[in-house]
Amino acid sequence: MFIYVLKKIGVIIPTFLGVTLVAFIFIRLLPGDPVLLMAGERGMTEERHARMMAEFGFDKPILVQYGLYLNQLAHGDFGTSIITRKPVLQEFMTLFPATVELSLCAIILAVLLGLPAGMIAAVKRGSFFDHTVMTGALTGYSMPIFWWGLLLIIFFSGILGWTPVSGRISLLYYFEPVTGLMLVDSLLSGQDGAFWSAIRHLILPTVVLATIPLAVIARQTRSAMLEVLGEDYIRTARAKGLSPIRVTGLHALRNALIPVITVVGLQVGVLFAGAILTETIFSWPGIGKWMVDSIFRRDYPSVQGGLLLIAAIVMIVNLLVDLLYALINPRIRHTE
Amino acid sequence: MPDGVAQQVIDFRPVGRMALMREFWAYFSENRGAVMGLCFFVAIIIIALFADFIAPHLPNEQYREAFLRPPFWQDGGSLEFPLGTDAVGRDMLSRLIYGARFSLFIGCVVVSIALVVGVVLGLVAGFFRGRIDTAIMRLMDIILAFPSLLLALVLVAILGPSLINAMIAIAIVQQPHYVRLTRAAVMGEMSKDYVTAARVIGVRRLRLMFVTILPNCMAPLIVQAALSFSTAILDAAALGFLGMGAQPPTPEWGTMLAEAREFILRAWWVVTLPGCAILLTVLAINLMGDGLRDALDPKLKRS
Amino acid sequence: MRSMKTLLAAVCGASLLAIGAAGVQAKTLVYCSEGSPEGFNPAFYTSGTTFDASSRAVFNRLVEFERGTTKVIPALAESWEISEDGTEYTFHLRKGVKFHTTKEFTPTRDFNADDVIFSFMRQHSPEHPFHKVSGGTYEYYGSMSMNDLIKDVVKVDDYTVKFLLNRPEAPMIANLGMDFASIFSKEYADQMMAAGTPGVIDQLPVGTGPFQLVAYQKDAVIRYAAHPDYWAGKAAIDNLVFAITPDASVRYEKLKAGECHVMPYPNPADIEAMAKDPEVNLLQQEGLNVGYMAYNTKMAPFDNVNVRKALNMAINKQAIIDGVFQGAGKIAKNPIPPTIWSYNEAVQDDPYDPEKAKAMLEAEGVTGLKMKVWAMPVQRPYNPNARRMAELIQSDFAKVGVEAEIVSYEWGEYLKRSTDMDRDGAILLGWTGDNGDPDNFLAVLLGCDGVGKANRAQWCHQPFEDLIQKAKVVSDVDERTRLYEQAQVIFKEQAPWATIAHSVVFKPVRKEVVDFRIDPFGGHVFYGVDLK
Repeated sequence: MFIYVLKKIGVIIPTFLGVTLVAFIFIRLLPGDPVLLMAGERGMTEERHARMMAEFGFDKPILVQYGLYLNQLAHGDFGTSIITRKPVLQEFMTLFPATVELSLCAIILAVLLGLPAGMIAAVKRGSFFDHTVMTGALTGYSMPIFWWGLLLIIFFSGILGWTPVSGRISLLYYFEPVTGLMLVDSLLSGQDGAFWSAIRHLILPTVVLATIPLAVIARQTRSAMLEVLGEDYIRTARAKGLSPIRVTGLHALRNALIPVITVVGLQVGVLFAGAILTETIFSWPGIGKWMVDSIFRRDYPSVQGGLLLIAAIVMIVNLLVDLLYALINPRIRHTE
Repeated sequence: MPDGVAQQVIDFRPVGRMALMREFWAYFSENRGAVMGLCFFVAIIIIALFADFIAPHLPNEQYREAFLRPPFWQDGGSLEFPLGTDAVGRDMLSRLIYGARFSLFIGCVVVSIALVVGVVLGLVAGFFRGRIDTAIMRLMDIILAFPSLLLALVLVAILGPSLINAMIAIAIVQQPHYVRLTRAAVMGEMSKDYVTAARVIGVRRLRLMFVTILPNCMAPLIVQAALSFSTAILDAAALGFLGMGAQPPTPEWGTMLAEAREFILRAWWVVTLPGCAILLTVLAINLMGDGLRDALDPKLKRS
Repeated sequence: MRSMKTLLAAVCGASLLAIGAAGVQAKTLVYCSEGSPEGFNPAFYTSGTTFDASSRAVFNRLVEFERGTTKVIPALAESWEISEDGTEYTFHLRKGVKFHTTKEFTPTRDFNADDVIFSFMRQHSPEHPFHKVSGGTYEYYGSMSMNDLIKDVVKVDDYTVKFLLNRPEAPMIANLGMDFASIFSKEYADQMMAAGTPGVIDQLPVGTGPFQLVAYQKDAVIRYAAHPDYWAGKAAIDNLVFAITPDASVRYEKLKAGECHVMPYPNPADIEAMAKDPEVNLLQQEGLNVGYMAYNTKMAPFDNVNVRKALNMAINKQAIIDGVFQGAGKIAKNPIPPTIWSYNEAVQDDPYDPEKAKAMLEAEGVTGLKMKVWAMPVQRPYNPNARRMAELIQSDFAKVGVEAEIVSYEWGEYLKRSTDMDRDGAILLGWTGDNGDPDNFLAVLLGCDGVGKANRAQWCHQPFEDLIQKAKVVSDVDERTRLYEQAQVIFKEQAPWATIAHSVVFKPVRKEVVDFRIDPFGGHVFYGVDLK
């Protein structure tokens, strides 16, 4: 197992170096001069322009810039935003919990609904329930979620007025962030209604973000279950007279979970992509929206640092999924 | 990542092509959803091809006297603009009809680019193995390390926002799936007897790669193509929605949505209809994709 | 410290909009702002969003603009004198002005001359210890040419400061009312420098302004409390909250739901509904901006004034107001907006007359003209949709036999290329005023110095230039008004631009908000506002 872990990490490190190079090159290729953009209609003199480019370090040769950048990274410095003048890492860390909270809630919702739905659909294959779940899952899978979010806002916030339109918690409540997760912080604050308010703000974005993972998990669980249910040992278990719940719940589920875990792990990248759209629609102050804003504002250091940090997180999560997978299924460790 | 999982492939050789098609159709037509999806998809193709004849108006023609007309069944609507008009008086129905062209175009272009490049890279990686394989796969790992939409956004920001650039960006982010699938399939085939036999009789390398091995790896690729056709439409719409895809006044559905966002509370039809069009088209393609997968091989799985 | 605690308790416990339910409740005004501030030091930035959150709430300047007007009034300076030759400005500072007390800083002295000198010299002198702190780019200070203008700022005594200029400059006083000229606390800066964290003064601002910053949750909420010892008297509201809400439809939803009291930048599409909404007061005013199309007057045939005039007459401006501004705009006839003093009402706009335009072009021997129209890739206050505007102009020009091709570039590139002397085509652009002085429009955009720079028409016309140069050095406002009125007449005759529109700013505020005034500079000022 140890060697397996080492091997995996051995692959990740060069990939990450590649990621830094790609992120760096991308940023240099971005058209548009950030300094000119800041000046706007006002314009600026050549001399001032040159001085500002020098201050941001954009005037050095590309290779030198990359070398300096790697050196900074090695010291944990992801650069400084040219808009807010704060370290990119600090910006990222203040916004990251909002995205984590939203993504966690979405993935939990997706698993809680998708797993049982997929299981039951598999057990009752061909039934009305099965058809409904599979149709629903395919629809969810085909959903343009930015539009789905708008529809939900029109209906639940606009027409019914049940949920707030945007934000993370009602402005009534104010407390210093402790964990950055609004649900936890609102409980810690001990203020009446704060927790409930945080939940109400979370509902719609969670539903929107959970839509695609939910569909994928339901479909995956169903097909994994179907396959397992056809295996010999399940038939043996049935023949032994074990109760159907024991058979499906214990024997089959445990084996069906293996591919499902992989799928859940793979959803991390999908969640990030979804977070970009969901956060934009709901004005959710997370890193997805921050990245989009940074791209539009030509905030080079933020885009570059953000790309790197997000890629690092995706890679780490994938590594963990691989390890978990290997733990559950020893066969994997020895092949490849 | 399950790239090591060898994909099972039906053997194309023993049966004749016609028989094979018949067998395929028998499986496919068993799936009612797939047939429905196919019908809808064909309908969309027809609409797109004959948009010039079907659409009641030109997509960018502005009727200055008819801003934000509701659909005909609502008060104030008329059959002149069956699905209403948008903020500058353009006919929604006509724009939606022309929009079908863009979506199909996006799907075709993205899938073609991604498929061709992906298959070549995957074949090379799987056939030669060794360093070239490592290099290609590391590159794919790098692409996969970024969330697809984010990478596409940055790529479009680099290339400049336009429909063509959005398609290129989406094709690039979809690349790794084709490469991995092809590579896995090729590696699976390489150990089979017929490949060894072909090698022994001295079949040339290129011929071996493209004529002997490739056709036997097609089934998973066809399914992946259907899948990425729908993802391409969704991603292009998302980019359009973020202002990084097709630029106004192009009647691309995602771009229409972005333009309509400010009317969300005042004119439901300008927001709802383009979204419906996207959803239905993508759903139809995915239904078809499911049918294809089941028909080509019941054991092939989506991930 | 004590006041901070009571404040927090008030914000936490009170029901926001149950105003009047209990007399003791703190009054909290919520403003649904359109975006996150870039930071809290107004000297670094140029966007109104940042100024709203920093200079207009937290800081004061030596002089300020009377709320709702472009008139300059005393603020931290009680009075001032200008020397005969116009190069020495002496300011007498207000006494007893207190800085904010925050978690990080407790002031031991009142505001004085040191703070003024610190605030200006930091921006002025590259040797100043704070010059490079937080990146050190002083956008406005540079672009208003303050570096060239100010020779030195000297302390006469604790409450008297002298600005020495290199040349006379009539708009100087107005410049000092601008956001970048906000006064920081030198004592705070020194303390932070000693602690090794000088950048803190730009993140956690301390000023003399009517509100002090309590907390900023990035991209979500900014919270302020009224400054209890504010020199002009404590604000009528106790707490001010900026709820950052980038989407305009969402802002309106929140306004309707009572989740906020004031919102900026409504969707043009929602204006009609807002006007009817009994809960909402819809305020409106022309913005301090102008959207124009500048010909390149150095290139044929646009060097011919009759051709420019003819093209101006071919443009159907009303259609642009309807189609592009959706009513949230007014036809512009002068290069300065009507909210600026010296606006010349008497000037007659070129009439919309395609027939005559065509005839004029033919008379000048211009037939089958092909030209380019540049459309900006971004949305600006003076032009919400340049592409659409260009399309309308294209079809208007087609009617007089001129074939226009629409071109566009990435924004930075657009701004740069459009200054080229040999630029091919007419360019859509605009300007938002900085200090409410006519000089800020007429000299910057149409003066001879601006050719090849901000003067996109590349237009240098001596009679016009003489007038605006003279107006720069006269300090008598009536005399300046007369000169600028004449300049506008010459501008109209020469037609280097097609003046297109001034935006109309709409501000929906809830009924319970008392005395909110639209700021002509596009800002949002909450001192003086009350809640019923």
